[in-house]
Amino acid sequence: MSDRDVATQGPSGLSLFLYKTKKSFGTPMPYLAFVGIGLWLFTYWLLNEQLKISPFNKIPGPAEVLTEWFSQDPIWGTSLFTEDYWQNIKASCLRILIAFSLATGLGVPLGLFMGWSKKFKDYTFPVLELLRPIPILAWVPLSIVMFQSFEAPILFLATLASFFVTTLNTMLGVQSIDESYFRAAGCLGSKRRHVFIHVVLPGSLPFVFTGLQISIGVAWFSLVAAEMISGEFGLGYMINASYMVNKYVTMVMAMLTLGFVGWITSAMVRAAGSQMMQWREKALGQGGA
Amino acid sequence: MTETSILMEVKNVFKAFGEDWEREKVVENLNLDIKRNQLTAIVGPSGCGKSTVVNLLAGFESPDSGQIMMEGGAVSGPSKDRLVVFQETALMPWLTTYQNVTFGPKLRGDMPARSLKEAADRIIDTVGLREFKDKYPLQLSGGMQRRAELARALINQPLVMIMDEPFRGLDAMTRQLMQEFYLRLCEEEARTNVFVTSELEEAIILADSLVVLSNRPTTVREVIQIDLPRPRNLNMLSSPEAYDYKRHAMEMLHEEALKSFSGTESGSDFLKSYAQQP
Repeated sequence: MSDRDVATQGPSGLSLFLYKTKKSFGTPMPYLAFVGIGLWLFTYWLLNEQLKISPFNKIPGPAEVLTEWFSQDPIWGTSLFTEDYWQNIKASCLRILIAFSLATGLGVPLGLFMGWSKKFKDYTFPVLELLRPIPILAWVPLSIVMFQSFEAPILFLATLASFFVTTLNTMLGVQSIDESYFRAAGCLGSKRRHVFIHVVLPGSLPFVFTGLQISIGVAWFSLVAAEMISGEFGLGYMINASYMVNKYVTMVMAMLTLGFVGWITSAMVRAAGSQMMQWREKALGQGGA
Repeated sequence: MTETSILMEVKNVFKAFGEDWEREKVVENLNLDIKRNQLTAIVGPSGCGKSTVVNLLAGFESPDSGQIMMEGGAVSGPSKDRLVVFQETALMPWLTTYQNVTFGPKLRGDMPARSLKEAADRIIDTVGLREFKDKYPLQLSGGMQRRAELARALINQPLVMIMDEPFRGLDAMTRQLMQEFYLRLCEEEARTNVFVTSELEEAIILADSLVVLSNRPTTVREVIQIDLPRPRNLNMLSSPEAYDYKRHAMEMLHEEALKSFSGTESGSDFLKSYAQQP
């Protein structure tokens, strides 16, 4: 029996990741992705640098941006080799880390309790529903009045947006749990706190992680908006600052960088989700026994 | 001879659902005895309120009037003494087979770790899932899921097992295998069982006593003692005795099922045309 168990125990961690990466090169997926990106770059180049069609000719072309990006001596002063580029990325990522952690730390427990206790939901849900529809940009003046610094309003805005999404999705996650699990737990002798730990918490995880994926996107959105309005450093600031002095190449570079960094952060959330929901991963991977 | 005194008693139970102005009676005047160490099978026309009866027996719902007694005390809320095996599987998808089976005793903390492990291994062996004990429910086939759920209930040694259409949704082959398996399980060790089903043959082959329910509001139409010899097997269904039980119960079920057609215009049309047939 033990031999068999060892044999069925697959690789984990980094080796599993490498195995999966290697395996994916046997499928069309990575090649299609390359072709897709290539086609997009080609269209961008064609409209912009070749045919010069309005309005595409008003922005910097892909060749120009890429050359600047990889240049040791950038014309507009910012590239992969200058310090301020990395400083801006670092500033934004640090803010996202703080805002997303705060929003998750507050939103998940709040959502769990709201889904679990009818009474608690009756108290809190109307307030949430009243505040949630207020667009995050409408909070900007208030946040500047409230916090007399550069940093705090930005963190506040990013946290707030992310928090609403996380809370709502977590609550819906708890409500989506099938009644039969509660009943099963009940007749097996669970007390209320057991039900919370063993049914509510694991049962809501799929929704929680869907929520977190959306919430990190929303956090980036409001962070950049806030950085553009007030702030020092950060990718949003970089976009706005370059725009003000007509450095459009640097502006597009910052935008593309945001795309990359945003992609990486949502991939990290996804990876954390599948790590925590092995029961779902295995079933999806194997398609049954 | 095993003891067959009365374990659970349902007395004059009434249950209705819905708002005052459209209150629908689901259970009315229900009287039922569940005897120790016997398998009481409950059949009824579809939609007659079988699941409500299960919920009442389990304690998930309480009667509007009347009483459900167990060993002299009234049933109030779910308990590990009355374990339910649900219609569709209710295994926790986030726990492995082994973790699901040990879920109850672990939470209650009423079994020392060593004997819990032994008991769990033994019971997982009994239901033939030894090689699947570290798999998650979604990795198991339908039949395996039902057996895992049986194991999760059995390990708690409940005073009564309540099975709510446990083999529903399985394909015909798996269903037959599960019936044979369950028959053997019941005959190896005496247990008190309430087995709710909409399949008459399944009920007859498993039951010591067969309770036929009426249409809504449901009540007991008749209790038939099934005296087929034990050990039983599915071939016995073709014996004359089994056929008589089946025909008798079928007639009642048919009558009750037809009642659900009356009261509507299309229903009375249906009944008329049905009555004109030779």
